[in-house]
Formats: sequence, C-alpha cells, structure tokens
Amino acid sequence: MAAIADAAIVVPAKASKGYWASVGSRLIKDKVAMVALTIILLIVLAAILAPYIAPADPFRGSMIRRLRPIGTPGYPLGADELGRDMLTRLIYGGRLSIFMGVVPVLAAFVVGSGIGIFAGYVGGWVNTLLMRIIDVFFAFPSVLLAIALSGALGAGILNSIVSLTIVFIPQIARVAESVTTQIRTRDYVEAARVSGAGAFTIVRVHVLGNVLGPIFVYSTGLISVSMILASGLSFLGLGVKPPEPEWGLMLNTLRTAIYTQPLVAALPGLMIFMTSISFNLFSDGLRSAMEVKQ
Amino acid sequence: MTMIIDRLGPVPEVGDDRGGPGTPLLAVKDLIKHFGKKAGFLTKAGAVVRAVDGVTFDVGKGETLGIVGESGCGKSTVARLIMQIIAPDSGDLLFDGEAVGSEQLDLTSYRKQVQMIFQDSYASLNPRLTVEDTVAFGPRVHGASAKQSITLAHDLLHRVGLEPARFAGRYPHEISGGQRQRVNIARGLALNPRLLILDEAVSALDKSVEAQVLNLLLDLKEEFGLTYIFISHDLNVVRFMSDRVMVMYLGRVAEVGPADAVFSNPSHPYTSALLASMPSMDPDNRTQEAPITGDPPNPINPPPGCRFHTRCKFVADVCKTKEPALTDVGGLHYTACHMADPTSGHPNALNAARAA
Repeated sequence: MAAIADAAIVVPAKASKGYWASVGSRLIKDKVAMVALTIILLIVLAAILAPYIAPADPFRGSMIRRLRPIGTPGYPLGADELGRDMLTRLIYGGRLSIFMGVVPVLAAFVVGSGIGIFAGYVGGWVNTLLMRIIDVFFAFPSVLLAIALSGALGAGILNSIVSLTIVFIPQIARVAESVTTQIRTRDYVEAARVSGAGAFTIVRVHVLGNVLGPIFVYSTGLISVSMILASGLSFLGLGVKPPEPEWGLMLNTLRTAIYTQPLVAALPGLMIFMTSISFNLFSDGLRSAMEVKQ
Repeated sequence: MTMIIDRLGPVPEVGDDRGGPGTPLLAVKDLIKHFGKKAGFLTKAGAVVRAVDGVTFDVGKGETLGIVGESGCGKSTVARLIMQIIAPDSGDLLFDGEAVGSEQLDLTSYRKQVQMIFQDSYASLNPRLTVEDTVAFGPRVHGASAKQSITLAHDLLHRVGLEPARFAGRYPHEISGGQRQRVNIARGLALNPRLLILDEAVSALDKSVEAQVLNLLLDLKEEFGLTYIFISHDLNVVRFMSDRVMVMYLGRVAEVGPADAVFSNPSHPYTSALLASMPSMDPDNRTQEAPITGDPPNPINPPPGCRFHTRCKFVADVCKTKEPALTDVGGLHYTACHMADPTSGHPNALNAARAA
C-alpha cells in the first residue's frame, strides 16, 4: 500500500537540503538583497582595512585647506572644517558607525530574545508581568529614551551602546514573545510535551529553531535604526567625542558649513543613509526568503 | 484497589500488564472540564463553556473505542484531558488500575505508555526537524543514545511504510499528507506505548490515503498489541475501526456500546439521527430529509434536562427537566435516554421497554 502513496513522489537525486540552505538559495536570487549585501560588505571591508586603503591620516588637519570642495587635488571628496581629508574620515568613520549599529542590536537580540521566549513559553501571569514591564518602555519614543539614558549615563561610546541596547530590548522581546506564544500552542510542541520532554528540551529543540529566524530578521532591521540613533547621540554630543571620526559626529561638526560646502557637509549623511537602507533592504530580502515555505 | 493481593507481589515494571486482563486499560470517571475565565484582578468571570461535563467510560485492553459526535461535542477535549495536555477540573483517570499522577504511576511513565496522533499532520510536525529527528525525539528524551534512537526511528519508519533511505532525511514540507501522518504514527509508536489516541487522525486525508492509513493502523495494533481510542466524526470509519463506540453530545455521553449494537440498533434518538444523516449508498433509497437540523445548542449555556431535547423528535416533559442517566439496555450497551428507562415517566418509555 505504501507503493501507491510513494508513486507520486519524484525520487530526489540527493538528500534534501536543509531549511537554511533553501533560504540561502532563494536569497541569492533576490537581486535587491544581494546589492544591499554587497554595499554592506564593501563598507565593512573598507572600515576594517581603513589603515591600508585610506589616502591620508584621519586626524591630521590643515588650517589653510579647510572646507575644500569635492574633487580638490589630494582631497577626492573634499576637506572638512579642520582641513582633514573627507574620504579618509568617511572610511574610518564606518568603523565606529557600524560598530554602534551592530553591537547594541546584537546585545539586545540576546537579552530580548531570552526575555521574550521565556515569557512566551511560560505564559500566564509571568508573561503578563514581564510584558507589562516591557510596555512601560514603549511609553517613551525610542529617540527620547536613548537621549535620556545616554544623558543620565554620561557621554561616551560604552554608555551609548548600553543606552541603545536598553532601547532595543523591549522591541525585540515583544516580537520574541509573540512568535513564541504562537509556536507554543502548535501541535508539534504539544506532541513533544506528550512525549514527556521537559520545558528546556522543548524550547531548545522545537521552539528556538522556529522563533529565532523571525526575531533575527526583525533585529537586522533595527541595525539601521541603531546607526541613526547612535549618529543622533553623537550629533548631540552624547556619543562619540571629537576628533574621533564617526558619521553622526561628522554631520554635526560640518553642519556649520552647510552654506559654504553643502555637498561635503552632506557626505556623512549619505553614508548613514546608504548603510542603513542597505541593512533594511537586506533584512526585507531575508524575511521574504524565509517566509516562502517552512 | 481490588488488586491488593497483586500489589504485594513483585513490583511490576512500567509497561507491564499490571492489573491483569480484567482491568480496563484506561478508566475515566466523571471527567469535567469547563473552559472560561475565572474572575481575577480587574476582570469579571467570563462565560463558561462546559466542554466536557461528567464523562465516564472504560477502555478495555486491546480494544478500539470509537468516539463520535458533532463538532464541539467535547471529543478532542476528552483526548487532551486523557493526554494530560490540559488539566481536568475534576474526575479521575485510572491507567491499568493506577491513578495517573499517583506514586505508582507518575506522569513521565504514564506518558511513555499513552501517545496521541493529532489531526493536522502538518501542524504536528516541527518544520525544522527531519523526519528521523522527529521520530527519534521521544526516545532521546527518555534516555536512548543518539544512535539507538535513530536506529529505532528508521525501524519505525520502515514499519509505517516509509523507506528510511528515502524519507529519513526529509523535512515535513517535502512529503505528502498521508506520508506526514505515517510519520506522526511512527512518532506515536516510538515510545512503545500501550494506548494510542487517534484524534481525527485520518480526517484530513484523501479517501484513498485514508484507507491505507486505516489498514496500517489495524496492522500496527495487532503487531504491537495496542489499544486505540479512535476519535472521528466519520461514522463509517468509526464503524470500520471500533470494537465499541461512544457517542458524545454537548460534553456528555449519549450512548455507548458494542459497535455493531450501536450502529444496527441505536437506542438514543441522537445516535439514530446521526446514522440517518449519513448519505445513503443506495440511489433507490435516498436520504429524503435531514433527520436532524440546526447546530447543537451553545455549550456555554446547555439546555436543562436532557441536552438533546431541543432537537429530539420524541421530546416529552420529563426530558426538559430531568437529566437522563446512562441506562443498561442489555449486552453492555448503555444509553442516556429517558425512553430506555421504564421508570422515567416518558410516554414512549414503556414501548421501549417492551421492544427491548
């Protein structure tokens, strides 16, 4: 009788590929996501290799060559208000900007997923209690919360990372909680419970694999937000301190030159825009690659 | 309790036939489960759904008990209560003479012996696990080594008609519905249970695949010495599978008895109506009108007296006030209808008594 059921199935040439392999093959076909990924990789690579590829010293200024336009000999992207090479500073700036974009999201991903999955799986009053506490953070706009926390902790890179992490934890925890609550009532989780597995085993084998994907996609989208918020904090003088090259801070110091050299002044903003939109487009592509079929 | 002398003997192993052939494998007594919101901080008590409202039945060793009824009559809730997925409000579960959750039979060893096959073959398989990992999960949890449990999974897959060489490494979305349900059956067998609860296990399958899976279930029952609780709304399938049949209506047992007796000589008007509602296979003898119309009453507020009286064509005054108890109509056949009880005061009761 099995023969009848099997006849309809074409025998695969090789063992079926895993879920992530099929996500990967769909992602590669997504042109927009691939372009975005390429841009991200180029910026990251440039930031890592900055000492080798940057044409000048990011800190050495020249009082007689301040605010040169794009295309000045020796200054391919112009010079800033202290006569430092813009191209060099943009390359070096990627280091801190991307660091400030990724690290808070990564930290919040770990903590937020933990809280959300725990609350979602345990359910009941524990869930209600944790989620109501999380809701308190939603009462503040994230920009204000980041500024308030940074202001309270004091200026500095570490403090900005801490405050950004705190801003993102509730958002990720909420997503994690809602996905976990959905998964928890699936028949396969009940079947696992029926087979006598403990909560820890069920979460490890049956829940994590099914919730981490959506949480990860959501978190990828937050990287751009984190970069913009970090730039905002630097702009306000709460994040990175001068003369450290960082896109947000560069945007801040160059704003006085908006009338004399508008194109040069806009460059750091352009970098923030390009990087964050690339992260957004890539996370969109990842989402649709993962959604097709489970 | 009746087996005090037995208990003095050597302590039986988990999985052994402890109570002897006379003890029902599973005895359910006065099971009650009401869903609803209890009054809490800042909330008022919500409406209470009486999903299962005092259900008592036994399942003998090696038999198949079919449970039938319309949607919402509490069939699946009974299954989930037996599986301890949800906790009953009250009532007792005795498995082979031992209370479930007692010292003699803790939840872990009970769960090794009772497994369940779910209706939705897709939702009951983890999309991220291969077929072999799904089947091997249970044995792994109960302490088998990775190698042992995979070997066992391959054996079981072979047994349910899925060649491990081709299917073991596949994911649920890569196989058909019938094949998925075979995987679910293999998983159910992986812990070597004694009782298998099949909750609408074949309802979502094509008719041809359904027949294959039903035959597989019959073969497995013989091979592994299983006992089945077979829940379905499909009367033909229940008749084909079951030794005894229990008909449920609005959270209560309407009729229970040997399958042949219930199907050929139903003694509850609801059972008769259900049977009459089956499409006729004979074109010269078409089903003319629906013998039962409308939906069952809302279980939030079930009618007083006999719950079926709002749709019953034999309704009398006594039905609206007094709830009928399960009455023996002979041959281990019980029915919860006033007409079967000569002392109930129902005008048809005497005729029924005479006919019986």
